[in-house]
Amino acid sequence: MSAPADTLRELEARLRDLEGTAQRTGQNLDAALAPLRAEVERLRGEGHARLTRWERVALARAPGRPTALDYVERLCTDFTELHGDRAYGDDPALIGGPARWGGVPVMLLMGQKGRDTKSKIRRRFGMSNPEGYRKAVRLMDLADRFGLPVVTLIDTPGAYPGIEAEERGQGWAIAESIQRMVRLRVPAVCVVIGEGGSGGALAIGVGNRVLVQENAWYSVISPEGAASIIWKDAAKAPEAAEALRLTAPDLLELGLVEEVVPEPLGGAHLDPDAAAAALGEAVSRHLAQLSALGPDELKAERSARFRALGSFREE
Amino acid sequence: MALDRFFRRRRPQQQPGAEMPDLWTQCPRCKEGVYNRDLELSAHVCPRCGHHLRLDAGQRLAVLLDEGSFQRQSGRVWPVDPLAFEDTEPYPARLARAQQKTGRPDAVLTGSGTILGLPVTVAAMDFAFSGGSMGSVVGEEIARAAEHAAGAGTPFVLVAASGGARMQEGALSLMQMAKTTVALEGLAERGIPYVSILSDPTTGGVTASFATVADVIVAEPGALIGFAGPRVIQQTIRQHLPEGFQRSEFLLEHGMVDAVVDRREHRAYLRSLLGVLTRQPAPEVGA
Repeated sequence: MSAPADTLRELEARLRDLEGTAQRTGQNLDAALAPLRAEVERLRGEGHARLTRWERVALARAPGRPTALDYVERLCTDFTELHGDRAYGDDPALIGGPARWGGVPVMLLMGQKGRDTKSKIRRRFGMSNPEGYRKAVRLMDLADRFGLPVVTLIDTPGAYPGIEAEERGQGWAIAESIQRMVRLRVPAVCVVIGEGGSGGALAIGVGNRVLVQENAWYSVISPEGAASIIWKDAAKAPEAAEALRLTAPDLLELGLVEEVVPEPLGGAHLDPDAAAAALGEAVSRHLAQLSALGPDELKAERSARFRALGSFREE
Repeated sequence: MALDRFFRRRRPQQQPGAEMPDLWTQCPRCKEGVYNRDLELSAHVCPRCGHHLRLDAGQRLAVLLDEGSFQRQSGRVWPVDPLAFEDTEPYPARLARAQQKTGRPDAVLTGSGTILGLPVTVAAMDFAFSGGSMGSVVGEEIARAAEHAAGAGTPFVLVAASGGARMQEGALSLMQMAKTTVALEGLAERGIPYVSILSDPTTGGVTASFATVADVIVAEPGALIGFAGPRVIQQTIRQHLPEGFQRSEFLLEHGMVDAVVDRREHRAYLRSLLGVLTRQPAPEVGA
């Protein structure tokens, strides 16, 4: 642990003590505590700004980082998980169903990682098979039919690279999910809550608004994948993470996301309730803004958003 | 017999590839030397073994379109280096090399032309340019071609040849998958056919976006087509991959493509298919 982080923890502890004292004794210490609070805020900001890209990738994968269902438990009511693609099977790595988000009826689509070894394996570490994307298409059909805004929580290292996945058209399934999302006539708000790996992430990432949590990453390939292509060595992933510019601040700067959703200092896993509160607020705010738009406008706005993405020069 | 063998010896397959005169090309599969002139006449399909040699974008459109009908639209959009990406060499240096090699700004060639008299808009990816990888320029040119087809009301024919999205443009490359899909919507809305031809190889983000949302998907014989590359799959499952895995014929068997069509038949196949889909009268016999 670095020195500034130690300082910060000490200050935070002292602040908590003093706040406790204030509460117990009924004294108003706000004026006295203001400089201490300001210093804590400043150090928090510094701490986040100082993280390397690879450190952020590590936070995105930190043990105990809230999974999609951890957020659903904190933010949603009436979640009814709907299973299956009606053709082959059910994918436990991409789940969804109707729910209320802060009271508002929505259709949820979520990349889901396991919370213990057994469920991690069952959910293939968040890597979906084609059935997951086909289930997403089916649930988007329902969302359009019932006028439910779509909220997606993205958390996948990428689509599953397996023989059966290829036999059943992994590429086709992702493409169809992207296309279905382009066609949605309801609002769609997407948030990368951990890993945003490649096409498997974009499959549920075509929203009117795309947000990213502060320590999530989103790119065309994982740092390990890029490293093994460039240097034939997955151990060079830290260098690849730097080159790919895959962090939340990078994505904001590149104009690929509308907003970075703040996390508690040190990462969402240290305070899942606080992380959930920030996530809940951000999604609700964007849903409220989008609720003013009609079905045609929503599709047109989303299409225009993605049509404009790219960096080139024209002669 | 002896005389036959005498002549056979003199066939160029006996020579090392590097010393092969410009007149000949060695088939990568059967190793037979083929006259380049004969190769051109057979759409770069080995006359001996039927192997479909890889084409660059220019060769592709020459095979597909009526002679002299092509009017290029791509070429004004040039790649930049939005991430200041550097690995073993800076991205701009890689681009400059690929541009010099292919004479193109990036890995795609688009325009309009006719196939046996039928007007079409076409896009051909160029595997010779950085493995046909898709960055912002490829995405933009394909989007513009799709929009041109929608505006002109001509069927859109796209030939895919790509290792997938381009790493050096990071998430911007990824977004091209959505951008191209958005642009193709105009065709679906107006009822204008979109046919994609998957050639060797078509993988990654291209397979997972515009190449597979076509109305009709055609594959060239023996092409490698898939999402994850075979090496990645092998590393994940640590098993040998089945014979013919991710080849066109495998995909046809699994219901993922409409047909596997020999390249020498593409023009006739497309003319007949697109003629029906656009409800045009059949061409006069002999026309």
